[in-house]
Amino acid sequence: MLEVAVRRQWPGFLLDANFEAPQGITVLYGRSGAGKTMLVNMLAGLARPERGHIRMDGETLFEAGIVDLPPERRRLGFVFQESRLFPHLSVNGNLRYGERLKPASERRFTFDHIVTLLGLEKLLSRRPGTLSGGEKQRVAIGRALLSAPRALLMDEPLASLDADRKADLLPFIESLRDELGMTIVYVSHAMDEIIRLADTLVLIDNGKTVAAGGLQELTSRLDLRPLTGRAEAGSVLAATVLGHDPNYQLTTLGIDGGTLLVSLLDLAIGSRLRVRIRARDVALSLTEPEATSVLNKFSGVITEIADDDGPQVDILLDIGCPLRARITRRSVAELDLKPGQPVYALVKAVAIDRRSLGPRQQKTSDG
Amino acid sequence: MTWTEITPAEWEALQLSLRVASVAVLCSLPLALGVAALLARGRFPGRLLLDGLVHLPLVVPPVVVGYLLLVAFGKQGWFGAFLFDVFGVTIAFTWKGAAIAAAIMAFPLMVRAMRLSLEAVDRRLETAARTLGARPWRVYATITLPLMAPGILSGMVLAFARCLGEFGATITFVSNIPGETQTLPIAIYNALQIPGGELIAARLAGLSIVLALAALGFSELLARRSRARMAD
Repeated sequence: MLEVAVRRQWPGFLLDANFEAPQGITVLYGRSGAGKTMLVNMLAGLARPERGHIRMDGETLFEAGIVDLPPERRRLGFVFQESRLFPHLSVNGNLRYGERLKPASERRFTFDHIVTLLGLEKLLSRRPGTLSGGEKQRVAIGRALLSAPRALLMDEPLASLDADRKADLLPFIESLRDELGMTIVYVSHAMDEIIRLADTLVLIDNGKTVAAGGLQELTSRLDLRPLTGRAEAGSVLAATVLGHDPNYQLTTLGIDGGTLLVSLLDLAIGSRLRVRIRARDVALSLTEPEATSVLNKFSGVITEIADDDGPQVDILLDIGCPLRARITRRSVAELDLKPGQPVYALVKAVAIDRRSLGPRQQKTSDG
Repeated sequence: MTWTEITPAEWEALQLSLRVASVAVLCSLPLALGVAALLARGRFPGRLLLDGLVHLPLVVPPVVVGYLLLVAFGKQGWFGAFLFDVFGVTIAFTWKGAAIAAAIMAFPLMVRAMRLSLEAVDRRLETAARTLGARPWRVYATITLPLMAPGILSGMVLAFARCLGEFGATITFVSNIPGETQTLPIAIYNALQIPGGELIAARLAGLSIVLALAALGFSELLARRSRARMAD
């Protein structure tokens, strides 16, 4: 468990962050410029807070005016966006760099274990300059793990990779949590990574941690919408694969409110995953719609209508689980929608794309 | 006497030159690394002054440097007297003095090459090494220095060549003593002062050119090697 309470004032910018990162992946999410990178730099000892404390498993790494361990004594691994491999050393030399500095008694993982886990066997004699972006990041992750860290800090490790490489790397990051039991603080502003990885989500806005909690809980809070971004805002639901329809190339997912049809998925029946349904892809109807092309139809009750002056209004529904809808202010007026009112929610199956689906491995802890 | 026949006295001048240049380069290397680090990364008052001081030998007449050395290190000089009284060491008019003169004259070239290579080192790599558990000195030894290596080598070769050619400060400070301070350039000058010494001068000049070319070739070889190592 990493406990963080730090504060630092710059001219025109205040960083004031409080959160806890338990075992598993804690995603620090916020817009660029929100202070996420500064915050992880403070955790690593690369920047200094003016006030507060940072503790790892009860040991104080920083306590304003009393303790300020240098980076090399914090034992927090750091994976940077640009892998920062040492160009004068081979992959093997890079991996061994941190391992050599630790006495055998402190090492957490064996070299062979990490090399196998990250699939680095064939790269060991190569120079960093000859590696692809994805390979570099895998080596960087392995290098950090072999330095025997108590937790891993990852600052947008996939941001410089294209979508395919990103998809290749995500399972490796999941295996750090599922197989090694790492505590990971993961900085990101990409929704698809968050859906896939986040056990705990910490929202950061303008230097402040505004909310922390499980992914489902936070994405269904209407007051946080300005943070999650207009286009990206939506609900995240835990789902299970119930069946496939090869004829129409559809997959049926079970969610708390019933079933959800999406385009055919290459996942075994019984697999667990997370589905994000963007608020703008949900339509509402007062009567049960018939003869419609929309495959997903849920009956539910309006629980909350966001107080907003814009042309659009966000509405929170209860369909057995929370679901967000975004419709026009005019529709709200014409249908005379109010909290407590029963409605039907419509979701087009094709609106749920691959980026909105996050397969989960057996160990899940959806909030 | 023929073109190829090198006399024992000339051998002596050659060996002395090599010794003076090697000692000068090796002894000033740590200091040059330190000054390069101060100039590239230090933030302290007087940095510009240090920068100017280091470059002084490039712009001041060598004779002036030699004269200042004589004032400082001569037997009556404030530092020379101290060295003689406390350690019984004499600098002036010895090969050690020649090495000091050569080192000072070559120092700006050495510092410049190392400073440029240090400025080119990506500090983010050093930060990464810190997060992997390396203390600052280990980071310097295992990351910074290896990344600077091509610059360090070229600085040393440049300085070595400059030391071989040192004349003005040397002859002013330690004079012209065969076997002690008569390096190649001074021997050439000396040969030209004697009637019939042209052939000696020509041979020594040829030797100097061969030495300089060898140094350049060596540095090019090392630079290529280190470039290839980084690239693949």
